[in-house]
Amino acid sequence: MNDAALKTREAVASEKDELSLRLNALSLPEGGFTAPARADALSRLKSMGLPHPRDEYWRFTDPRPFNAPVPAAIPLAGKGPDSPLFAERDRLILVFVDGEFDPSSSSDLSLDGAEIDILSRADAQADHWAKDLYGKLETAGQNPVERPFAALNTAVAREGALIRVTGKPSRPVHIVHRREREDADVTWHHVIRVEPGAELTLLETGMVGARSNGVIEADVATGGKLNHIAAKRAGHQKLGFSAVFARVDAEAAFKSFALSVNGTLMRHEAVVEFVGDDAIAHVAAAVLGDGNRGPFHHDDTVFITHDAERCESRQVFKKVLKNGAVGVFQGKILVKPGAQKTDGYQISQALLLDDDSQFLGKPELEIYADDVVCSHGSTTGAIDETALFYLRSRGVPRDRAIVLMILSFLADALEEVEDEGLREEISDRLDAWLTRHA
Amino acid sequence: MLKINNLHAKLEDEDKQILKGVSLEVPAGEVHAIMGPNGSGKSTTSYVLSGRDGYEVTEGEVTLNGEDLLDMEPEERAAAGLFLAFQYPVEIPGVGNMTFLRTAANAQRKARGEEELSAADFLKLIREKAKTLNIDADMLKRPVNVGFSGGEKKRNEILQMALLEPKMCILDETDSGLDVDAMRLVADGVNALRSPDRAFLVITHYQRLLDHIKPDVVHIMADGKIVKTGGPELALEVEQNGYADLLAEAS
Repeated sequence: MNDAALKTREAVASEKDELSLRLNALSLPEGGFTAPARADALSRLKSMGLPHPRDEYWRFTDPRPFNAPVPAAIPLAGKGPDSPLFAERDRLILVFVDGEFDPSSSSDLSLDGAEIDILSRADAQADHWAKDLYGKLETAGQNPVERPFAALNTAVAREGALIRVTGKPSRPVHIVHRREREDADVTWHHVIRVEPGAELTLLETGMVGARSNGVIEADVATGGKLNHIAAKRAGHQKLGFSAVFARVDAEAAFKSFALSVNGTLMRHEAVVEFVGDDAIAHVAAAVLGDGNRGPFHHDDTVFITHDAERCESRQVFKKVLKNGAVGVFQGKILVKPGAQKTDGYQISQALLLDDDSQFLGKPELEIYADDVVCSHGSTTGAIDETALFYLRSRGVPRDRAIVLMILSFLADALEEVEDEGLREEISDRLDAWLTRHA
Repeated sequence: MLKINNLHAKLEDEDKQILKGVSLEVPAGEVHAIMGPNGSGKSTTSYVLSGRDGYEVTEGEVTLNGEDLLDMEPEERAAAGLFLAFQYPVEIPGVGNMTFLRTAANAQRKARGEEELSAADFLKLIREKAKTLNIDADMLKRPVNVGFSGGEKKRNEILQMALLEPKMCILDETDSGLDVDAMRLVADGVNALRSPDRAFLVITHYQRLLDHIKPDVVHIMADGKIVKTGGPELALEVEQNGYADLLAEAS
């Protein structure tokens, strides 16, 4: 046996040990309606193993810190902003503290047009509407790309929101994460089913944990609409993996926007599949990373599968990086045979505020239909000096001018937040944050 | 008001001298025009005066109301009363025109130790200025210069000038890209701002803008220097005979 083969065998053995250690550190849930899905996820995970940098979709982001049996304790962040985002808005609040649902801080779960459950309570039942979705969408979309962390999540998650939307609730559902323990290792799994013609806005904010693994499975039925807006702020979890899996049926709309401000190692995956004609899906993110506030590596990985006709997909990803921060974008549009009149667009852009930061982009198109419009673009650049001078020549101080330029750069991503009030609130908060940290 | 004495400047990245001894003086209340062929250093003069990066002043002095202009950052020059109307105003998506104008106005007020305008006072002021200049209020709501026509961009420049009330206004080839009607609108805006305590330096290739903004003095620039200075008739001479005779005469 040659050296290379020997190394491979050793590496495989080591990875198996890594997975065993990871699983041994967890107590796996038992029973309930999720049991079959958990067993399946565990089996898939054992077959896949934990991710490694040599895996194609992890080549830019070393996943090993996620693989450790337990996360390193991380000191709690200092005082956050004076008021949480969206605090002024009438909304139904679901609070999770270190990943555990906190009923005393949460709203009453009654909401006209929606049925809300908490996974830890609902999973005592043998049957539930979420049974058809839990762990199902997570397996879909663009095989053979493997998603071991999502499978791990499905296998071990005890908490999450189960939301079945039957109408058009007058107020959004707001999931608030709070972090109180330094070593919080949080796994949450939300399942959302938007029934035909129904609509929901789902907000997510807060600090999650020292390490987190979050999954959303969203099934948007014919004519339904789901707006998902996640805004993570400074001091949020240091190691964060999150994934949203969406299945979008005919004439339905799925929109997901994520704002991420700092962190250590973050990976967000969006996996969207069109299964009905004339639907739309927009996935967008605005990311701010400052390496001076600790190592920063943020990875957005997106897979959009067009398997129906006349569907429109948009990916708009913007990253502002400085002081050695690293941004990654991997995005793929797959147009299956028969998905005619597809309109797919993908843009990923980085604004590097210095020479020490870097952006790694891997846009992909794979098209098997012949009547489609698909495009992608990726740029990396610095602040436009002419525009900066223009602002300064009007009397705007340099630091303030840079903040305005950053907001200008992020504007396309923020535009994906449909609700003008929410968009302005996020923009104002970003402005304040940038001004404090300019 | 503005005194430029023997100004020499070169591009920072290249060993190429562009301004080779520009000297001129623009007293308060006067409108001066700088004309000259392409590459003579007209726009460079405006950039050096307003403090754009990329240029190095190798010799000379510039003062605005006695203050050393070259020692200031661009925003300090603006607060001191200098305004440059751009030849190609920059588009800044995602930043509302109103937000930008208010930020600029209040930054200048703050730099001068004046009280900042409240949102309500600013709104009242900007609406008043826009109305005077016949500017559609819709332009205030859009992102800075995004989707503006050439004429709208230049009118937005004049609106900024009216709002910020600078002492010394430099117009860098404001006529470029404008049709006759748009040029008249812009010129009317400039003329409305003429006052005994404000001066203008109008940089242009052609006489046509000067049909609408009557200059007191015309300077001809060539090869980085002012080669001839005269009255408004000098601009007419350029229009009729071009620069060749004037440059030959100067050399």
